[in-house]
Amino acid sequence: MIRRLTAGVPARALFLLGALFVGLLVAPLFAGDYVLTVLILILYFAYTGQAWNIMMGFAGQLSLGHALYVGLGAYTAAALYVHFGIGPWIGLLVAIPVAALTGAFIGFLAFRFRVAGVYFAILTIAFAEFARVGFDHFGWTNASSGLFLPVAQYARNDVWQLRGHPVMFYYVLLAATVMAFILCRALLKSRIGYFWLAIREDEEAARSVGIDVFHYKMIAVVISAAMTSFAGVVYAFYYNNLFPEQVFNISRSIDIILGPIAGGVGTLFGPILGSFLIEILGEGLRSLLESFGIDVPGIKQVVFGAILLLVVVAMPDGVWPWLARKLGLAERQK
Amino acid sequence: MPIDVYLNVAVSGVLTGLVYGLMALGLSVIFGVVRVVNFAHGEMMTVAMYIAVTLFSALRLDPLVMLIPIAVVLFAFGYVLQAGLINPFITRPEHSQFLLLVGIAIIIVNGLLIMFGPNSQNVQVAYAFDSFQFGPLIIDATKAYAALAAVAVSAALFIFFRSTMLGTSIRACADNYTGALVVGLNVNRLYALTFALGAACVGAAGPMLLLIFDVTPAAGPAYTLLAFVIVITGGLGSMPGALVGGVLIGLTEAMAGLVFTPSAKSMFAFAILVLVLLFRPQGIMGKRTA
Amino acid sequence: MKKKSQSKAAVSRRSFNAGLGAAGIVAGTAPFNIVRAQGAALKVGVLLPRSGYQASIGQDCQRGVDISAGILKDLGLPSLQIMNADTETNVDVARSRAEKLISEGAQLLVGAFDSGQTSAIAQVAEQKGIPLVINIAAAPPITEQGYKFVFRNFPTGVMILRDAFLNQKEVFQITGSAPKTAVMLHVNDTYGTSIQKGMAAMFPKFEMPYQIVQEIAYDPTARDLSVEIAKAKATGAEALIAVSRLNDAILLTRELVKQRWTPMAVLAIGPGWYEDQYLKTLGKLSDGPISLVPWYDPNKKLSQALEAALAKAHPGVSMSTNHVYTFEAMLVAADAYKRAGSADPKALADAIRTTNITNNVSPGPGIMFDAKGQNDKLKGSAVQNRGGKLVTLAPKEAANAKPEWPLKPYDKRG
Repeated sequence: MIRRLTAGVPARALFLLGALFVGLLVAPLFAGDYVLTVLILILYFAYTGQAWNIMMGFAGQLSLGHALYVGLGAYTAAALYVHFGIGPWIGLLVAIPVAALTGAFIGFLAFRFRVAGVYFAILTIAFAEFARVGFDHFGWTNASSGLFLPVAQYARNDVWQLRGHPVMFYYVLLAATVMAFILCRALLKSRIGYFWLAIREDEEAARSVGIDVFHYKMIAVVISAAMTSFAGVVYAFYYNNLFPEQVFNISRSIDIILGPIAGGVGTLFGPILGSFLIEILGEGLRSLLESFGIDVPGIKQVVFGAILLLVVVAMPDGVWPWLARKLGLAERQK
Repeated sequence: MPIDVYLNVAVSGVLTGLVYGLMALGLSVIFGVVRVVNFAHGEMMTVAMYIAVTLFSALRLDPLVMLIPIAVVLFAFGYVLQAGLINPFITRPEHSQFLLLVGIAIIIVNGLLIMFGPNSQNVQVAYAFDSFQFGPLIIDATKAYAALAAVAVSAALFIFFRSTMLGTSIRACADNYTGALVVGLNVNRLYALTFALGAACVGAAGPMLLLIFDVTPAAGPAYTLLAFVIVITGGLGSMPGALVGGVLIGLTEAMAGLVFTPSAKSMFAFAILVLVLLFRPQGIMGKRTA
Repeated sequence: MKKKSQSKAAVSRRSFNAGLGAAGIVAGTAPFNIVRAQGAALKVGVLLPRSGYQASIGQDCQRGVDISAGILKDLGLPSLQIMNADTETNVDVARSRAEKLISEGAQLLVGAFDSGQTSAIAQVAEQKGIPLVINIAAAPPITEQGYKFVFRNFPTGVMILRDAFLNQKEVFQITGSAPKTAVMLHVNDTYGTSIQKGMAAMFPKFEMPYQIVQEIAYDPTARDLSVEIAKAKATGAEALIAVSRLNDAILLTRELVKQRWTPMAVLAIGPGWYEDQYLKTLGKLSDGPISLVPWYDPNKKLSQALEAALAKAHPGVSMSTNHVYTFEAMLVAADAYKRAGSADPKALADAIRTTNITNNVSPGPGIMFDAKGQNDKLKGSAVQNRGGKLVTLAPKEAANAKPEWPLKPYDKRG
């Protein structure tokens, strides 16, 4: 199994990957709370980016509404916890089917009626917005007043209830990111992965050689939605309050996809690298401007946007393919 | 509820819808011909709105008069943007275009915040609060003017695309990219011109909208989304389609607000979009291409 | 603005940070440090949404921070070293900014207007044992979470509503006239629904002279509110109760004018109708609405000082809730620092718990906190727009004018 997953990967890449993993594993020992918070955000977006990438990068379906699945996961688990005292992991067992079914519903409608490309993207936004307004009226989750999870000080970390110090959330997200990475690698190396790539490159050609396009696109949407819902569960228990206006906001969907696009759509490591780059760029710019004594609201975003432009103009495929070539880490098969 | 309330709301919804349509026209041109996913569309319009605010406070020029010079400014802006930045992205995948335009959008939103501050701004024209009364029917004057302008601008565009040499070339480009190359059209220049034309529409729509809505730096993204909803509903690349889509969305929102609760009215607009995508993916007025 | 002090305790963290190689993160991890020397300024981290969707409110609140230094000095209070941070109207940023401020040595936090962002910051503050003084955020659950380091000198939704009822009755009594029916228009956001729900629960207890004939909720992102007003007008109600925000308040007023409906009174329970931008944008049409909101007591000495300071720093900006409560958060910080005699966060929190400031700005007996960290003594006011200025009608002890009643018809204002 391990051999199959690592086949074709240069030893150097495996070594660097291992080093990064060990580095992340020991990071909380050295990182202050601020760095830890940033690392949590990085892992959160690396994980959600990876999940999004299954749909876009592998199967070629552009989703601009992934906040929908985050929100569904978050609200399902949080509501079960608040109303029935059901812990997040059991809640996850409900959240995953909820998100997966929603994904399947959207996928079914879209792929059945051959809604593709930008049209599909707008459809995903429409459903996310639909959910935002819907949850604004959904009394069981406290509508727009916001759903608050009880917060108390916890003497110890309770992973079973997801209550405790940020370090615990860090490791939960690290584990999730690693598992998502391995799962994506396994998927890419499987039959499904090859069919996805065929569909992504040329849907008509894929259909003509007998691939059941509808079926495999549905699998991509369902896996992606299910994975994303877990991020929502963590989000709910990390922040302890949910507002439809915030959770389902389009800007949340955009935040999820900036990383993988900047890092490299369709690559395995792109979402992780992209998430690091985006968060470090954001934090770095704030600190840099601060150190120059510049306190103008909005200026950080202007510089951030300009750098984003430069990156996408200079490296249209994302940073990772370029970096991998430079470091000699590219897979041998291409 | 008395019947005249329905009448008033319906008329107001149609007028608002026409104004929405005017805003979406530019996107229809850009998205329909150049095939660029202009995710900075609403933000470009807020630029036009702020130009109008600035000109109004400096020169007291009526937005209806400023419409043409601002359209010219946005035309130039659009041409430069397309030729300088967006053109290489035309053949790139949509997510790449998306990142590029989101970058542009972020710069515009926050640039406006730095330049104009966070407060909402508008223009105080003499007729800002006028309304016409016909029996039980009360019509908002600014909305009526803006709706008329929307119809006029789209008629002008329609004539341009049908009856001028340039317009026909652009349509040829949209219908058949390779064919246009084969017959020797300068596709890059045509694309830049088309994008500029789309931007000019936005430039015309901005001052008109300013009569009805206030502008804030953060207003852009919502307009972008609305424009996409309208264009897809109405039919990509169809001038009348944008107006029809706008009216349909405007009317749906108004009636849903009246009959159900206004806080859920945008849900109904999205429901219309979903239905159109599923049952008439080319849009209400669009041609079936595939 | 921010000076980073050196400490040996964090050397081990340094090596890791250097390894990260990101200038931003390294710069952001100046070691956690407590200045114990008395006389040094207290480091106060101020978190406000100064860009993004809530930028206009965040920047308005910031004015309350910026004008505080001179007044605190006049009161003989120790000076504060302000560390500003912009939350960009984003929960993730709010949380990481709070962590960063604390890592840079902030000994007390103030913020953050929005309930979601404030909750995120409150959790960080509680975990670190750094006091958080909330300037504005009305969602009740924030002070119901059992936090020990979170203090709120701003009324909860329930308190705002209670005083809204009491002050309305005072106004009705003075005018000798009251509407018999009212229609309620409310924005469907956190604040709007908390008021709407409270209304349903509390209305019977207060024996109000009017009945609410219909409640109409609208979306916070709505651009066009013509349907909403058409619907409200069609109910035939005498008064309009509005729970809105700034942009909607302006839109609603325009629709009132255009649809030619002047209710007997516009009673606003929430922001918008009294704000500077509202007065400036609408001119003569801005006159008349009565806002039932957390306000200031114009008869208190400190209110006049604050008003003067604001007028000096920002001529033409009329003082309102955002400035008042953000300033009072700074006042709480400085006062606690003086009494604690130390910048130790725990001592500061203890001092805040025993706060008893009577020389303040907001109406009511003063600033003091209950066991949950809530100032439950705050009183709301009824204020009315009059010729581009704001006057206070009720409660009696904080009033400086008589109501103009009923609302002057919009079409007879020339």
